[in-house]
Amino acid sequence: MNTLATLLALTCLFLLGSSRLLVSIRMVAFQGFLLGILPFFVSGSDHVGVAAIILSLASIGLKGFLLPKLLTRALFESGARREIEPFIGFGASMLSGVALLAVSSYIVNRLETTAQIGSSITLIAGFFMVFSGLFLLITRRKALTQTLGFLVLENGVFATGLSLGSEFSVFVELGILLDVFVGIFLMGIMLFHIDREFDHIDADRFNELSDLAFDASEDEEVSE
Amino acid sequence: MTTAYALIILPIITGILSLFISSERLRRNLLLIVAFTHLFISIVLCKGGVGELNGVWIGLDHLGRLFLIITSLLFTGSAVYSMVYLDKHPHFDGPAIAGLRMPANSNAIYAACMQFFLAAMTLSILSMHFGLQWIGIEATTLASTPLIYYHRNRRSLEAAWKYMILCSVGIALALMGVFFLAMATSSHVQQFTSAGFALFSGYLKVEWLKVAFIFFLVGYGSKMGLAPMHTWLPDAHSEAPSPVSAMLSGALLNCAFLGILRIYQVCAAVPTAAAFANEILIVFGLLSLAISGIFILHQPDYKRMLAYSSVEHMGILALGVGIGGSAVAAALLHAVGHSLVKASLFLLSGNILAIYATKKVEDIKGLLRHSPLNGVLWLAGFLAITGTPPFTTFNSEFAILRVAVQSHNWTVAVLYLLFLLLVFIGMLTIFMHMTLGKKGEAEVDSASGESFWQLLTPVVFLSVALLLGLYLPEFMRDTINGAAMALGGKAL
Repeated sequence: MNTLATLLALTCLFLLGSSRLLVSIRMVAFQGFLLGILPFFVSGSDHVGVAAIILSLASIGLKGFLLPKLLTRALFESGARREIEPFIGFGASMLSGVALLAVSSYIVNRLETTAQIGSSITLIAGFFMVFSGLFLLITRRKALTQTLGFLVLENGVFATGLSLGSEFSVFVELGILLDVFVGIFLMGIMLFHIDREFDHIDADRFNELSDLAFDASEDEEVSE
Repeated sequence: MTTAYALIILPIITGILSLFISSERLRRNLLLIVAFTHLFISIVLCKGGVGELNGVWIGLDHLGRLFLIITSLLFTGSAVYSMVYLDKHPHFDGPAIAGLRMPANSNAIYAACMQFFLAAMTLSILSMHFGLQWIGIEATTLASTPLIYYHRNRRSLEAAWKYMILCSVGIALALMGVFFLAMATSSHVQQFTSAGFALFSGYLKVEWLKVAFIFFLVGYGSKMGLAPMHTWLPDAHSEAPSPVSAMLSGALLNCAFLGILRIYQVCAAVPTAAAFANEILIVFGLLSLAISGIFILHQPDYKRMLAYSSVEHMGILALGVGIGGSAVAAALLHAVGHSLVKASLFLLSGNILAIYATKKVEDIKGLLRHSPLNGVLWLAGFLAITGTPPFTTFNSEFAILRVAVQSHNWTVAVLYLLFLLLVFIGMLTIFMHMTLGKKGEAEVDSASGESFWQLLTPVVFLSVALLLGLYLPEFMRDTINGAAMALGGKAL
């Protein structure tokens, strides 16, 4: 249980410091796998049932295998291999990661005084994943890494919900999973289009739509 | 109960069907049939008594009725407009991505996604369970992203990407809010719905409720376009095809607003949480008004102007609910008025685009001469959106101001008026520039924007907005008042 949570936090730290996109995708896949088996280790027996097993298998299948495969394919199509010059360097990112981890445990410590929390280590990991996901979304240039950031964020929300012990019926959980899957799937498809249209997948170079620099798009064809 | 499920499932089935229908005509007729069927079933459902549909998952309270009818009506209007819109634009055939087989061309994807979009919005409105509602609202993002990317160019791709990322992140935060809300429950709460919570409000843990509210507001607020989370909105609304913009602005923002209202309904039952929620709503509302006022001034693109105007009106909605009392009912009335008027304006902007082939305000002159019908409607839409009497938007905006003054919220009232004035001036210059002026200054194709199908929806919607301003029917008043009471407000 605690080992799993620690591993989850470590994958995030690794993601923050990694510049190789392929390795990052595999790390997120590993994270998806860990999350898939996490429910069986939280508070024991009442989680094990047919529904829980189906949910877990679906989660591992989608987050651990299918989505990473799609993203890997998008990566090879685009020819990009590395994240180049993030807004915050990799070393600094890792340091920020450690700071975020500290912040997460501080928040959880504060929360523990007001509420009964199932598993505080998992909750720390959950918060940390949410923070790392947001951090990746903000500081990285490649659209692909932003997609990964979003996936990490979603994983974090999932882990948070799990450790707070707030569970809904299996249909709601499956619905949430389906939404996340379709979302990442659409992002993956858009990665192909971005690559084809712009010859790069750097989201920070999206600057045709802005109120502050509108004149840049003078020669653009009318889109309707 | 089954009819309610049919409302959600029908568009999904027909949406999948339209992906595989190769006849353009058949697909469009199907879209129209689905739209009118949906509208018909919605009206029938809303005619039934309250409480007939009151499940753990799906239900239809006063709030739901109001938003269901708006959404269904707007979809029908957009579907009618789409009839001719799709003709005017080249579509793209064949597989969109190497390796991924797409069975249909972009018009088929358009028709399918429109119907998925309708299903997702209906789900988010009908769902009582907070988790189910989250699924619905996230599904609206997924269904509408391909619609924004309809034109398949760089600008629409950029807009779709921003929309997807920002809204998904926002909604992920809202899911955190759902989990925190679960922490606020006590053992008394049997149903994970706003009514279920409100019933046992005395037993809720207020601190967790407040945290949940913040996450809901930031999460669904980014989907609703409240400043400062609105940055995706002008891009998406201006790059999407006009009927889609009309749906996004008129119907989708309401669905996100409903997401906030559902948690507000819980907060309203707990006095300390209600005061807290009201304060935050007022701040976000005023901020949205301010930001939109600033960006509407000298806005060079008229579709972006309309998008910023949506930010403004979402601000008014948040402000109205935050002020409380009968301003809540006024805000709900305003949601109706805004939807009708903004949808008309976006559809008209599609006509103007067809006539002038540009989105730049400075290149458009003399609309009244080039296309008198569109010109008159465009001006009427301007009067309606800025809240000029006798349109219904005036009544609601004025009612909010009245409550603000009566409750001695002077700062709020003054700022509210100031920002409304700012928006009015900004829009006035743009609309005047576009409609007035002599003929023959630009190359135009008047005929392409004046067909029956293109004008029908704006005419109907603007007339309804006008009539509602003069006379508010009994059943509508009852629905709005009932919804406002559930939110802790007073009757209009």
